[in-house]
Amino acid sequence: MNSVQILLDPTAETAAVSQPRIARVPSLEGRTVGLLDIAKPRADEFIDRLDELLRARGLAVKRYRKRAFMERAAPELKQKIRAECDVVIEALAD
Amino acid sequence: MKLLDDGLVAVVKRDCPTCELVVPVLRSIDRSAPPLEVYVQDDPHYDEGLRNVVDDHELETSYLLDVETVPTLIRVRGGAEVSRIVGWNRDEWRNLTGIADLGDALPATRPGCGSKTRDPGMPARLKVRYGETGLGSRLIELPGDVDPEEACFDRGWTDGLPVVPPTQERVLDMLTGTARSPGEIVAVIPPNLVPCSVEKVAINAVMAGCKPEYMPVVLAVIETACRAEFGLHGVLATTNAVAPAVMINGPIARAIGMNAKGNVFGQGNRANATIGRTLQLVVRNVGGGRPGEIDRAVFGSPAKYTFCFAEDEEDQRWESYAVSLGYSPQQSTVTIFPGDGNTPVIDHTARTPEELCRSFAGCLRAVYNPGHVVQLQAFLAVGGEHQQVFYQAGWSKARVKEELLKLLLVPMSEVVPGRAGTDGLEEWQVAAKDGFVPKFATGPLNIIRAGGSAGKYSAIISGIGGNKTIRPVTGEIKL
Repeated sequence: MNSVQILLDPTAETAAVSQPRIARVPSLEGRTVGLLDIAKPRADEFIDRLDELLRARGLAVKRYRKRAFMERAAPELKQKIRAECDVVIEALAD
Repeated sequence: MKLLDDGLVAVVKRDCPTCELVVPVLRSIDRSAPPLEVYVQDDPHYDEGLRNVVDDHELETSYLLDVETVPTLIRVRGGAEVSRIVGWNRDEWRNLTGIADLGDALPATRPGCGSKTRDPGMPARLKVRYGETGLGSRLIELPGDVDPEEACFDRGWTDGLPVVPPTQERVLDMLTGTARSPGEIVAVIPPNLVPCSVEKVAINAVMAGCKPEYMPVVLAVIETACRAEFGLHGVLATTNAVAPAVMINGPIARAIGMNAKGNVFGQGNRANATIGRTLQLVVRNVGGGRPGEIDRAVFGSPAKYTFCFAEDEEDQRWESYAVSLGYSPQQSTVTIFPGDGNTPVIDHTARTPEELCRSFAGCLRAVYNPGHVVQLQAFLAVGGEHQQVFYQAGWSKARVKEELLKLLLVPMSEVVPGRAGTDGLEEWQVAAKDGFVPKFATGPLNIIRAGGSAGKYSAIISGIGGNKTIRPVTGEIKL
């Protein structure tokens, strides 16, 4: 038997990058909250309710929607949310 | 490899009758036109009368000289080859050696035999040993006493079944099945959106058990499955059971021996089994899509090991799926669509197309939920005996589809709310409480032919999608 066998790596040969979370805001006071509907059925019900609750606390709320839930959010959408909001809540529903 | 500086080099094998025939000739050269080096591929005792016989059973020199046929006779000057001849041809040998009466007693010509460097599997082995493989993947060294199949399991490279260990030799062999270069990028694989090279596809094809001749199909499968319209990320990530189903049309399916007949969706055919499995292994190993991680399926399906088949195109009475899309019958194509597995439709008594369509419609209506009308699609595979019912009545495939769509109108009052629900329907459809909506309101219903000739069965391959997301996609297989 050979002393060594050689196989070819079938994987992408990349290691997962572990990124630190963005720092949490200490309080929502005075912040703008983005609500992202990923376009899953009934996500809007959840988002509508959050919208109500956040506005009742006097917070600014902005709404966003992905084109289709199976697709990744377009870079333009992500940039827009980042530019316009301090925090974002993304809703998944069925 | 160090050849003599000036002289002649012969490469022979004892097992070749022409090499035996030229022994007296080689002795003459050795006497009257030295130096002569004779490399023997199989038996260093080829001829004791020759002065410079070199054992080349490892085939290093034969490989580096790129010998295809034995005997090969090469003229060397200043350490480099200047000319070569193969087989026995008296005039050529006299020209090359300058010996006027060489081989007087021999017939004028005799063809040679294949060099051992061309034995099955040998080119790849020799390339790994003595050449440049041109492969870019990381080499993983295992101690000799480690079981390579177990090593593949340990590294998480398998779908739960054993894989063929991807050695360099096997991968090089696999790459002989395509003219595309190993470094060429085939597709970007979800979920990690990793560019995947021909070489990585070949490695996973080896592991899945493919033959090199499947490579053009495998490459087209990977390329097509990763097109945005199909939504492979969604098919992978969903809580649904769905798998990417692979259907092959055209001459290549027959050329590589794919099954379109009995047990078409089942086990037992190597091409069907391994081509579908390669797609899943590429998603797993290159794309990083694994169950319990990105793959959130509640049930999954055996179809997620492999789901690949050929459409039955033997009978010309109905056009194939690919032809209905505008491809010619001479083109080979791959179609990828979301498939949950298959649901049998059994009807032993229907003798008219209308009766049979009612059975089909009843089963199709029940897909996912009798009240579920959006975000679903289906391929209906009509089996052999059911096809006969339509042929005898002169019904085209289009007519069957038209009849089914008529029967598959769901009263709005029965449409289920909730998941999918009315999302995807037009407002007027939802508003018309007494109205009807098509069962396949947002996704296609396609009819294909497949399966054995005995038994009154058909099969529904249902799948999620429709509307803007997850559509069947078709691409041409280029040889």
